[in-house]
Amino acid sequence: MEVFRRLDAAAMPIDRPNVDTDQITPARFLHKPRSDNHGTYLFHDVRRRADGTPDPAFPLNQEAFAEARIIVADRNFACGSSRENAVWALHDHGFRAAIAPSFGDIFFSNSLKNGLLPVVLPQPVVTDLLAALQEQPGARVQVDLEEQTVTTPDGTVHRFEVDPFSRHCLLNGIDELAYTQELAPQIDAFMNRYGRENR
Amino acid sequence: MSDTASPPRTLFEKIWDRHRILEREDGQVLLFVDRHLIHDGTAPAFVTLRQRGIAPRAPDRIFATPDHYVPTDHRKVAQIADAERRGMVEALERDTAAHGITLFGLEDRRQGIVHVIGPEEGLSQPGLLIVCADSHTSTHGALGALAFGVGMTEATHVLATQTLWQRKPKTMRIAVEGELGPGVGAKDVILAIIAQIGTAGATGHVIEYAGSAITGLSMESRLTLCNMSIEAGARAGMVAPDETTYAYLAGRPYAPKGRDWDAALARWRALPSDPGAVFDREVTLDAGAIEPMVTWGTSPEDALPISATVPDPADTPDPERRGAMERALDYMGLSPGTALADIPVDRVFIGSCTNGRIEDLRSAAAVVRGRRVAPRVQAWVVPGSGLVREQAEAEGLHRVFLEAGFEWREAGCSMCLGTNGEIVAPGQRCASTSNRNFVGRQGPKARTHLMGPAMAAAAAVTGRLTDIRRLEG
Repeated sequence: MEVFRRLDAAAMPIDRPNVDTDQITPARFLHKPRSDNHGTYLFHDVRRRADGTPDPAFPLNQEAFAEARIIVADRNFACGSSRENAVWALHDHGFRAAIAPSFGDIFFSNSLKNGLLPVVLPQPVVTDLLAALQEQPGARVQVDLEEQTVTTPDGTVHRFEVDPFSRHCLLNGIDELAYTQELAPQIDAFMNRYGRENR
Repeated sequence: MSDTASPPRTLFEKIWDRHRILEREDGQVLLFVDRHLIHDGTAPAFVTLRQRGIAPRAPDRIFATPDHYVPTDHRKVAQIADAERRGMVEALERDTAAHGITLFGLEDRRQGIVHVIGPEEGLSQPGLLIVCADSHTSTHGALGALAFGVGMTEATHVLATQTLWQRKPKTMRIAVEGELGPGVGAKDVILAIIAQIGTAGATGHVIEYAGSAITGLSMESRLTLCNMSIEAGARAGMVAPDETTYAYLAGRPYAPKGRDWDAALARWRALPSDPGAVFDREVTLDAGAIEPMVTWGTSPEDALPISATVPDPADTPDPERRGAMERALDYMGLSPGTALADIPVDRVFIGSCTNGRIEDLRSAAAVVRGRRVAPRVQAWVVPGSGLVREQAEAEGLHRVFLEAGFEWREAGCSMCLGTNGEIVAPGQRCASTSNRNFVGRQGPKARTHLMGPAMAAAAAVTGRLTDIRRLEG
C-alpha cells in the first residue's frame, strides 16, 4: 500500500450530505478491472448535465480544483454500497484524503486499506471549511497523519483521531493481510477448537 | 445470586465473542468467518490472491453464485453479449473451479441473488458470522446470524485467512410493538424506520430488531427487514432466532441433520439477548402507526406514507436539508404538494435481494390477478433465485403475471442496480421493490420510488403510485 504521511494540497468541496457510493462510481463501471484508471468514472453522472456535457457548477469540472488531492464533503459521505470502486475512483483521480463530519462505515474501512485517509472533523469545522473552500476555490489544506492534524486555509489547526494500527499501516505502507498472515498459528488453533465445538 | 454469573449479553455480543480469535493493541478484534459468500463481482479479490501466490484458506466455507452480471432473459454464459460482463461470470466459474469452491452457476436451478440463496439453501444459520463483498449481506441477520458487507480488500483478506479485523460496533435495539395494519408489510416497516432515524441513523451500530410486530413476521419478511439495515447506515441487522427461524431452516440442504440438528438447536436456543442485556441505543416504533410507505426522493430516508403529498422544501427550516430536498425533487421531476398517489410510473420492477422471494411474488400476484398492466407501463418480475422461480411456476404465479402483461424473467440482481445492463431509461420513473433510490441507481437519470411488492404490483395495474388499501376489488 502507498505511504501516507503529509499532504499539502488544494481541497475540493462537495457541499452536500449523504453522497452515496452510487454517485461516486455508477454501478455500470463496477466490472472494470483494477488496472483501469477509475478516476475517469469518478462522479461520472452527477458531474454531467442531461445532454452529457460537463456541468460547470460541479466542482470536479472547475479549473480551480484540477489539482485537488483532498475532498471535503458533508455528513455521511460515501454511504450505501460496499463497492471499493468508490475509493479507487477517488484515489485514481488523485485524491489522498477525504474530510467529512461522518462517513459510511464500509467506505471508511475501504479507504484506509487503499491509501486514502478518511478524516472525521466536527460538523461546525467542516461546515466552515466547505464555506471557505467555496469562497476561495483552490485554497490549500494540510493533512498531517503523523501529527494527526488538519490545517484549514485560515491557518487553524484541528486535531483528528485515527485508529493507531491503520495509522501505522498508512505511515509505513503496510497492508493488513501481510500482518494477519503472521498470525496463522493462532488462527489454525482457533479453527481446530471451533471445528470441534461446532460439529 | 452468584458473583461468577456472566453479565447479560445481547445476541450480537454472544456471536461476536464466539468468533473472536484475538485482539490487537488498538482494540481491533480478529474474527473468524464461518461463511464467505461470493458473487460475480468478487473477481478482483482472486486477482490479488494470484498476484501474491495465496490460495483460499478454507474453500469449504466459501459459496458462490453469479448474480450482478447475469442476464435475466436467458441462462447461457456464452451468450452474454457484453464481453466484460461475460468475463465477470466466467471469472467466477474459473476461480471457484480452481479452488474447489461450491458454485451455484448460471445453469444451476439453485442460482440466484446471493442473499436469496444463502437462506434458501440453509447456508445462513443462527450464530454464524457471514460476510460477502456486498452491502446487503445484512439480509442474513434475519436468521440470527451476524452478517455484514465488506469491501474488496477485506474480501481478499477473508479468502486468504478466513478471518477479518473489526472494531466492535455499538448495539441498537429497534422495537416495533403492536400489530401491523392492513396492507402493511416488512418493506413498509423498514422504510418507516429509516424515515424516522435517517440514512445515517444507525451508522457504527448493529441493529437488533425486536418487539411483537417483528417476532410476528415470517422468515422472509424478516429477511426484507434486515436487508435494508445498511440503508440506515447500520453495520448489520439481526432478529433473534425463534421457532419461526427453526421451522424455516429444518430440512434445507445445508442445514444440520439428525443429531447435528439437535446439537445446533440447543446452541441456537441460547443465542437470543439475555434479559437485562444493555443496548447502546433503543428506538421504539408503534406498529399500528405505520402505513404503506413509498419514497419520493433520492435517499431511502425520503419515505412517506402513500397517503401523503410530496413535501415542500420551503417548510424545512434547516438550510442543508432544504437544499437536499430541492435537489431531490428536481432530480425526481416532482412538485411539492402533489399527492404521492397521483404520480404516474413508466416502469415496475418486482425483485431484488430485498423483495425477490416467494412470499413477495405471492403478494404481488394477489394484486395482479385478474387485472392488466396499465397501458404504456413496462412491468418486470425478476425472481430472486431459480428455486423461487420454480416455486412460483408450480403455484401458477407466472401465468398471473404473464396474462396481466408482465415480463416473467430469470433470477439475478437485474434492474436494482443495472450492473447487467438492464436499466431504467433516462427520465423514466420506476416503482421498484429494490432497496436504493439513489441518483442514477437504476440507470443514469432514472427516477426510483421504493415500495413493497403489493404496492409495486398496484402501481403496475393502475399506472401510478397507488395506496394498496384503496385498490378497488
